[in-house]
Amino acid sequence: MDPAFFFIQFLSGLASASNLFLIACGLTIIFGVTRIVNFAHGSFYMLGAYLAYTLTAQLMPILGDVVGFWLAIPLAAAAVGLLAVLMELLLLRRIYHSHELFQLLATFGVVLIVQDLVQTVWGPEELFGPRAPGFTSFVVIFGFRFPEYQLVLIAAGPLVLGAIWLLFNRTRWGNLVRAATQDREMVGALGVNQARLFTGVLFLGGFLAGLAGALQLPVEPANPFMDVNIIAEAFVVTVIGGMGNVLGAFLAALIIAQLQAFGILVFPQITLVLPFLVMALVLVVRPWGLLGKPETTTSHGFAGDRPLRPLGRTQQLLIAGTVAILLLLPLVLGEYGQKLALEVFVYALLAFSLNFIMGAGGMVSFGHAAYFGLGGYGAALLVHHLGFGMEIALLAAPLFAGLGALLFGWFVVRLSGVYFAMLTLAFAQIVWSTAFQWVELTGGDNGMIGIWPSDWASDRTVYYYLSLLVCGAAIAFLWRASHAPFGYTLRAGRDSTLRADAIGIDLKRHQWLAFALAGTCAGVAGSVFVFSKGNIDPGSLAIPTSVDALVMVLLGGIQTLTGPLVGGAVFHLLEAQILPLTDYWRALLGAAILVLVIAFPMGIAGFLRDKLLPDDDRGDDQREAAARGAAEKGRAEAPT
Amino acid sequence: MTQRNGSALTVQGLNAFYGRAHILFDVSLSVGKGEVVALLGRNGAGKSTTLKSIVGLVADARGTRDLNGQDISSQPSYRIAQAGLGYVPEERRIFTNLTVMENLEVGRQPPRAGAPEWTPERLFELFPNLAEMRDRPGGRMSGGEQQMLTIARSLMGNPHTILLDEPSEGLAPVIVEQMARTITRLKSEGLTVLLSEQNLFFARALSDRAYVIEGGRIRYQGTMAELMADEAVRQAYLTV
Amino acid sequence: MSEPVLQVEGLRKAFGGVIAVDTVSFEVAAGRLFAIIGPNGAGKSTCFNMVGGQLLPDAGRVQLAGQDITGLPPRRIWRLGVGRTFQVAATFTAMTVVENVQMAFISHRRRLRALLPTARKLYRAEAMAVLERVGMADQAERQCGLLAYGDIKRVELAIALAHEPRLLLMDEPTAGMAPKERIALMALTADIVRERGISVLFTEHDMDVVFAHADTLLVLDRGRTVATGTPDAVRDNPEVQRIYLGGSGVEAAQRAMEARA
Repeated sequence: MDPAFFFIQFLSGLASASNLFLIACGLTIIFGVTRIVNFAHGSFYMLGAYLAYTLTAQLMPILGDVVGFWLAIPLAAAAVGLLAVLMELLLLRRIYHSHELFQLLATFGVVLIVQDLVQTVWGPEELFGPRAPGFTSFVVIFGFRFPEYQLVLIAAGPLVLGAIWLLFNRTRWGNLVRAATQDREMVGALGVNQARLFTGVLFLGGFLAGLAGALQLPVEPANPFMDVNIIAEAFVVTVIGGMGNVLGAFLAALIIAQLQAFGILVFPQITLVLPFLVMALVLVVRPWGLLGKPETTTSHGFAGDRPLRPLGRTQQLLIAGTVAILLLLPLVLGEYGQKLALEVFVYALLAFSLNFIMGAGGMVSFGHAAYFGLGGYGAALLVHHLGFGMEIALLAAPLFAGLGALLFGWFVVRLSGVYFAMLTLAFAQIVWSTAFQWVELTGGDNGMIGIWPSDWASDRTVYYYLSLLVCGAAIAFLWRASHAPFGYTLRAGRDSTLRADAIGIDLKRHQWLAFALAGTCAGVAGSVFVFSKGNIDPGSLAIPTSVDALVMVLLGGIQTLTGPLVGGAVFHLLEAQILPLTDYWRALLGAAILVLVIAFPMGIAGFLRDKLLPDDDRGDDQREAAARGAAEKGRAEAPT
Repeated sequence: MTQRNGSALTVQGLNAFYGRAHILFDVSLSVGKGEVVALLGRNGAGKSTTLKSIVGLVADARGTRDLNGQDISSQPSYRIAQAGLGYVPEERRIFTNLTVMENLEVGRQPPRAGAPEWTPERLFELFPNLAEMRDRPGGRMSGGEQQMLTIARSLMGNPHTILLDEPSEGLAPVIVEQMARTITRLKSEGLTVLLSEQNLFFARALSDRAYVIEGGRIRYQGTMAELMADEAVRQAYLTV
Repeated sequence: MSEPVLQVEGLRKAFGGVIAVDTVSFEVAAGRLFAIIGPNGAGKSTCFNMVGGQLLPDAGRVQLAGQDITGLPPRRIWRLGVGRTFQVAATFTAMTVVENVQMAFISHRRRLRALLPTARKLYRAEAMAVLERVGMADQAERQCGLLAYGDIKRVELAIALAHEPRLLLMDEPTAGMAPKERIALMALTADIVRERGISVLFTEHDMDVVFAHADTLLVLDRGRTVATGTPDAVRDNPEVQRIYLGGSGVEAAQRAMEARA
């Protein structure tokens, strides 16, 4: 092929690298300082584009095209910066010391709220912005026409990189920010108003994301899907570069953008998956990204983790009572009620299986829906393409999900903390992209329909009992495993990887097996689900489903075994009741997440447990002494 | 008494809490201008919490704290530092990614009346080791060098009073001796020092007066000489 | 003389051009307490972590009772009979005290992957016996994370003793403890290891502890061996006094050794 064509393709790659870098740069700076992975960064980007749309429309007629446009861009960026400041003041300040799970969920709550907000203000249609005055034409390079504006974008990346470098290495502010990155409290004790420093960092990060969105407007219309589309890639870039490392983000943006620019020539179908594949490979070779540094935390437990206790008499009676009620339920419930109830079983199992790795193992998965979806798709494919019956599908589909979890798990258990969360998310995106793009096999966006139970189980009540049996058995099995040495081994690794290693535990292997086990059980839930609904589409394994699962666990309480079951049930019943009534389900869910994270981090079951059972059998004196010791040592937070 | 020159730091009825746990009970103490006072006690007795409460690093601390006549009880930690209080934590907490010079820069504050004024050059005179490693990242320094840097860093704020949390902890005996000379030198510059220690031998050589804390309560106060003479108190609380 | 339990030859490690440990060799004889001392940054912890498997040496060899264990991961080294305690105690904070020790037994008997038995009921008697020995039996059912720090250190010792190791690695075993607790913990450790013939390699800053219990000392400075020998010889070594002990260190050593005699 023509080398000149390759050069043009390379230039296009550079332009999209700039765009990716601008977003990832702010994301990585915010993470570096606050240790918060900001899901809402994609929302900032989207808001940048929308605000630029409105501002150019307002300013260009008044100030003339050139001044109006080039003033609107930085103004839009600054406005987004101010919104980021608002988020810092109202939300982030309350969760700086929370577990990473809460931080990720809270910023995802903001994503949901902004989505509904944008739709309300700007409507669901794509909005095309003006072309950039002064750069509306083409330059001819080796006989190919290349848009001038792309050259502007190409320049923007290195310019911002240089400016950031100067800011961080040549100014007192930058020096203070770098210090605060490591120890914000100490910076405060040295006379620096660290709260203002953080606010400044959020402004900078928001500004950069807004700038990226605003600069993109002449190239791509503002649309309500920009946020989720870009955030996954921005995660990939920051993770590949090393979280918190600006130069790393720059390199990673170059790599990803170029691979995509050339990958599309060779194998167009792979473009959605490619960044995630690259990320998986990089993380295996360099678990902390290209230029990142290892995280030092060795414990991934949650505040309020306590020893597992055998079930007391009351609890045993409660469980027996619940089972009895569930067995009798079809006598009083109609068709819809039974369907709702069996979906509750499905979600309870999904949440329980997630909490098996998260609560006991300290592994926060942001892609658990992948295995739920693999179970569902596995069953659907067996029925649809291979003509198998429900019985075979229910047996084989979970194994299919388990194999997926075994494959992806091999990569993810090499990481921990936010890196683990990011990689699970990336793998889930791979699965989602495959389901979405491989239309011949999966039906693409429309999914597959007509997946119904075998004749003997087609009666709603029969399928209700079948679901209860299958989901109940899976939950009972995971429950047993939690109390068995295997579950204890996971808990040991969560509490102290150092100690686990020093008593002969091959932690990664156990985490890997646990991940696969949890994936298999999520697959059970998925396959039971598909026969209840009769169809499946990519929504079942998209990010929102993974987040739903997390919210169920959080709602119920991470630190308890019963919590996820309660959470799954309550969440699904609420969803079924409220969803049909409102156009603002996402905003409502987002707000609910924020309330949970800030006010009820222990969840329903955790809250009840703390009310009903004191946290230790000791007197106050001893607890005080222990707390004082812990406080003096600056170790973990004192028991509350 | 030493209070003649006025008090640099006065703490009254300090109660501190971590969550539901009550850590400090009515702790009161005062440090006169130019004095070196030791806060002695075992691990977990409440020494670090006392110092952290004074510098505003304990979220739930009640009672009054007064620095040079200024009420700092409800001030955020950066205001307290700006009022002229330096703090050297036990865990050192230097910025390992920043160089020695950059670490010092973080601590820099404008000079203030009534307190010795420090520049990096003057500090390098006090800590000659540091002068040879201006551009070395903090993470590449030994424990003793890090301890020196922590002190130098808080001196960059030109404090009139400085809190040292177990400065001898985890240091080689020879370095501990060097640390003692440094603190004596700071005293001679007119600095007020409150020092938390378990190492009675170290504290004895430096301090004018001492408080003994145990179980979050002040159990004893007196001059260093009185404490050294009081076998019973030392046996009960200090277990040397 | 019998074969040494631990034999370290020419151990070397550099971090980004800075040599942390430079060709260090030593031997720990069976049933002996061997201390590594030296200023901060002398390479004690680095040395220690290379023996324990947490760090991979650049050069040199570590042998356990004649078997080469260089570069093995910690979990393999543990299976060969090496117990470990850490500078900042590492325990399973959300488990009870006795469960912490039971985990060590479950791992030792290779039942980590069992999915059906109730972990809480496994090897309980054995675990209680070890807790009895370190004086923690009465707190067996408490959550480990809520214990006083001195007690957590005892639990850690119990975990390390569970699989009847022939060698204990203790990195600053008394760091962060009150003077009285320090002496008590080290006295307990010394009693146990002597009655069971276990060898101990430990680092320590408290000269009272070192000189009260160590049979042999190795002094490191900037990664190099400055001196090695009996407590008397090390205390009287002028180079050691100059770079490390100083006047107060010698005093402490004197005090401890008199108490020992």
